[in-house]
Amino acid sequence: MALLEVRNLATHFFTREGTVRAVDGVSFALEAGKTLGIVGESGSGKSVTALSIMGLIPIPPAKIVSGDVLFEGRDLTKLSEKQLEDVRGREIAMIFQDPMTSLNPTLTIGTQITETIRRHYDVPKQQARKKAVELLEEVQIPRAADRLDDYPHRFSGGMRQRVMIAIALSCDPKLLIADEPTTALDVTVQAAVLDLLDDLRQAHEMAMILITHDMGVVAESADDIVVMYGGQIVEQASVNDLFDRPEHPYTEALLGALPQIEGEGIRTGRLTAIPGRPPDLKNPPPACRFAPRCPYANANDTCATEMPELREIRKDHWVRTAHPACERAGAKEPVPA
Amino acid sequence: MSASPKQPLLEVENLLKHFPVRSGILIERTVDHVKAVDDVSFEIAEGETLGLVGESGSGKSTTGYCVLQLLKPTSGSIRFQGQELTTLGREELRKMRREMQIVFQDPYASLDPRMTVGDIVAEPLVVHSIGTKKNRSSRVRELLDVVGFDPGFTNRYPHEFSGGQRQRIGIARALALSPKLIVCDEPVSALDVSIQAQILNLLKDLQQDFGLTYLFIAHDLAVVRSMSDRIAVMNKGKLIEIGPAEEVYASPREDYTKALLSAVPIPDPRAMKERKAARRKLRHALAEG
Repeated sequence: MALLEVRNLATHFFTREGTVRAVDGVSFALEAGKTLGIVGESGSGKSVTALSIMGLIPIPPAKIVSGDVLFEGRDLTKLSEKQLEDVRGREIAMIFQDPMTSLNPTLTIGTQITETIRRHYDVPKQQARKKAVELLEEVQIPRAADRLDDYPHRFSGGMRQRVMIAIALSCDPKLLIADEPTTALDVTVQAAVLDLLDDLRQAHEMAMILITHDMGVVAESADDIVVMYGGQIVEQASVNDLFDRPEHPYTEALLGALPQIEGEGIRTGRLTAIPGRPPDLKNPPPACRFAPRCPYANANDTCATEMPELREIRKDHWVRTAHPACERAGAKEPVPA
Repeated sequence: MSASPKQPLLEVENLLKHFPVRSGILIERTVDHVKAVDDVSFEIAEGETLGLVGESGSGKSTTGYCVLQLLKPTSGSIRFQGQELTTLGREELRKMRREMQIVFQDPYASLDPRMTVGDIVAEPLVVHSIGTKKNRSSRVRELLDVVGFDPGFTNRYPHEFSGGQRQRIGIARALALSPKLIVCDEPVSALDVSIQAQILNLLKDLQQDFGLTYLFIAHDLAVVRSMSDRIAVMNKGKLIEIGPAEEVYASPREDYTKALLSAVPIPDPRAMKERKAARRKLRHALAEG
């Protein structure tokens, strides 16, 4: 049994301007100890997917309109708020993009770590503090015991994210959801935090969902990747297969749009820009969401009339398009890896 | 690239910018200085792009602002076409600004929400009393067309447009006075990848078409690489390394540059395995000094 199985999840926002179909039929599974990367641009639905799993979407205006979130076989969408609170922090923990705003500025970090521990375990304060010091040492905060009574403003951005990670780890969760955990950090700090997450994930045998807009970050951290566009999964594969043989025109375009740091003709060359802009999810294209920007969609096919299914194009590689790379005219026979 | 025999368009020499650190209640006094830019020198040739990279707080944006005299340097010399800028008076400086423009990071904050797109782009022309009202409006349409923004939308307001479209408006405004030098301060860091590529391509095209010179400031090393002929690396206010882009990236001299480059995640899972091992080693080496 998978640790987490999301089936046909749909989360919509009911606003005065209309219904925003932020997440629209998302399914994936995650095995214990594995890392799933969810990539997509702003508004693709990746964060709302994570918040829906955690039961943290703002109701109203948002509502999970369909689907199940099975965590060890239990459907989290059916739990009461009270039951969910026992899951959050203990079984599934989450860290957010902005370590500046996700810590409470008026409480010491010691208080913020022990509060999580004591919410889930009946332990005396002193023992919780001891555990907090161990956690801070584990996330490599120097002089951990001395820093316990400091307030968040005394820490740099990278150090605050480490504190957030310590809080997330405090109850040994089975799943860590990291939503853009390094986006606000400098590149050298990002590398250190990603390396730390790697080590901790292995030491605690934790599964992780890593949400990011950065193809480089998923390339280094994920076992499997889900690419989201317009509230849907458009491609899903193992990390090597996705980067070796991307099938969806959007994934291909996204990779082409990335500037490279090494290679020939970087300065003189042009990037593959994707024309137009992401779909308006209040009024998405009637069929394939990517069709209006897709270089392969044409008048003679079904792109504008039929929503393509997410189909398995080869073992464990799923794609939602009428024009996957391997089926296009002139597609080369793949070279066996 | 060999040194150009011509005089560089921009020469920055021993640039220093210190911000005072003040302390005390009622009677404030300066207790210390933050050396935001600490003895920075570089040149930019006409038509060239110099990329300026560094992490937050490295002084790269402050350097850009000093070049345009948007911040008064503490000391040092900035010469544009041989003309010293640091000693110019207000009026002379205003005239010089025709030649030097800036594109800001945040297309949400840098456009006045109460002005129409047309007025925003026309403003520099008005300030410098160029053209009549009528030919200004045709110039605005022309500029918007050049940056790929529908000139039919001149009467709309910035909030009606996406980040990418707003950045096009900002670029059109920067181009209005036909400047020689544009300082691009993190022009794409607020944009999604697919839109970022559109704007980077646009900046490259404009450089070709109008012979523009860029000082291109960004924290994203791949973005800077794709835009720049030469690259300068800043750390803690100091310019620690400068050279042709391929050279700096392929064989960085300074440990800091090496650490910076090794930290960049690249979209290649197999190559990343090696890079991760390498960057851990480098980090330990740096930590141990």
